[in-house]
Amino acid sequence: MIQKKGPVVLIDIDVDEVFKKALSMSRVDILDEIKKSGLKGRGGAGFPTETKWNLAGTASDDKKYVVCNADEGEPGTFKDRVLLSDYTDDLLAGMTIAGYVIGSTQGIIYLRCEYIYLYKHINNKIEERRKKNLLGKNILGKDGFNFDIYIQPGAGAYVCGEETALIESLEGHRGEPRNRPPYPTVVGYLGKPTIINNVETFITAMRIIDKGAEWFTKYGTDKSTGTKLFSISGDCRAPGIYELPMGITVKELLATVGGEDAKAVQVGGASGSCITRNEFNLTLAYEDISTGGSIIIFGEKRNMLDIAINFMEFFVEESCGQCTPCRYGTETLLEGLYMLKNKKCSIKYLKELLQLGETMQTASKCGLGQSAPNAFISILKNFKHEILCS
Amino acid sequence: MLEAEKDQLKNEILHLAGAYNNHRSGLLPVLLHIQQKYRYISRYAMQEIADIFRIHPVEVYGVVSFYSFLSTEKKGKFIIYLCQTISCDMAGKRAVARQLENELNIKFGETTPDGLFTLKYTNCLGACDKGPALLVNEDLYTKVTPEGVFDIIQSYRAKFGAHVTMEI
Repeated sequence: MIQKKGPVVLIDIDVDEVFKKALSMSRVDILDEIKKSGLKGRGGAGFPTETKWNLAGTASDDKKYVVCNADEGEPGTFKDRVLLSDYTDDLLAGMTIAGYVIGSTQGIIYLRCEYIYLYKHINNKIEERRKKNLLGKNILGKDGFNFDIYIQPGAGAYVCGEETALIESLEGHRGEPRNRPPYPTVVGYLGKPTIINNVETFITAMRIIDKGAEWFTKYGTDKSTGTKLFSISGDCRAPGIYELPMGITVKELLATVGGEDAKAVQVGGASGSCITRNEFNLTLAYEDISTGGSIIIFGEKRNMLDIAINFMEFFVEESCGQCTPCRYGTETLLEGLYMLKNKKCSIKYLKELLQLGETMQTASKCGLGQSAPNAFISILKNFKHEILCS
Repeated sequence: MLEAEKDQLKNEILHLAGAYNNHRSGLLPVLLHIQQKYRYISRYAMQEIADIFRIHPVEVYGVVSFYSFLSTEKKGKFIIYLCQTISCDMAGKRAVARQLENELNIKFGETTPDGLFTLKYTNCLGACDKGPALLVNEDLYTKVTPEGVFDIIQSYRAKFGAHVTMEI
């Protein structure tokens, strides 16, 4: 449920007009506008969008791909579900413009299986755009600009939100992340240059093309421009989706959503960190706490150990099992949490577990393994007293 | 499996894979289709799929066993996926889970003897602001209460109808 709209992402724009405007601009001009806007990836990793598009754009290859990462699996985030159903045209237009910019003819929406009920709706929108020649050959009479989009459903794997695992999955393999480099902008889907962007990123890019970089940078901070969609759940009065400027403090956010009594907030989902009251002055921005927008609020009565267990069970299930630090690490940390639950854990062993967590952060192959211990470490550090005394 | 059924399945796979020019990128869509229709991916299906895509059957098995929406064991006609992730957990998932087990008289991971329902936990369904959430095949239910569980199950029983032959 959308709780707060605007002023950047959740607004109504004349999609067809913006689309026409974009196609009348040169590729360089579009890239330039995106660059000036400072737009960074809305999935949470925060890679500059212009750099990604430029890298794929300058790669010389006969075939390139535009992939929309609609594998929104991070616990606590649900903004893409709403964007996919309510801002479908904006997304499809945004992908097509990205295709125009990098010189691609094929777009793919990787839609998580849990959202399969959106398939028909998105597909109908694609059909409509084909009929209006907003997809297909010589789009809007622009000679030689061909672009089409299809949806490929996932089959239930959190790790496929990681871009190289997503490519593996598209190619019909187990969703096991690849080593980077080479990055997908050079060697992506079927070995071709590929850009993979979050749903929100494509939609935000449309707004920047419409209203300009200068307008966009009025919102947010110097390093984190614009607004961001936050998915709010947990112990608060009004959970839902909020569009808020980047750089807002956790405290301000809690006041907005009616969660002032929180004793802790999980920022960034299972892979994020759990922060406590004395850190509520931190800002939600790439330079402070970077997030894909998942905010889970914990009230006074919540048992933090149970929360840590829930997150770690999640990672044990979702680890792809490819690299040892993540495969064994997640299981070992979970066993440790069970020991704590049964009051059977020594401080000595607890310290070893925290060290193991740090090892996983450096030694794991992909973002999943590197971030799997985050919740464990932050909860254990911040709530050691509560956990050992309860 | 009857020979005629085998032929039918094989032709179906041929047709599905053909849409992807038998290219491996079509493997997941083909598997999802077979899963949806037959409620599992049999050894025979995996072998046929492997032949058509010109890969080893173990490769197909590797993919099937990786993804949580694919299975090598036959599932119920209606699979109930209850979200077990933290927000739904805090919103009362456990009471809903208990009631699901009570109504269907099976545990999570099991299928009812009449082959109608399978109970499964799943990770985040992306309905965290309206938990507890569950998915029945492709239908999403939010703010599910233990009392509501009965009505949800009944609606699928009614949909299935008594006149349809039970498949086990």
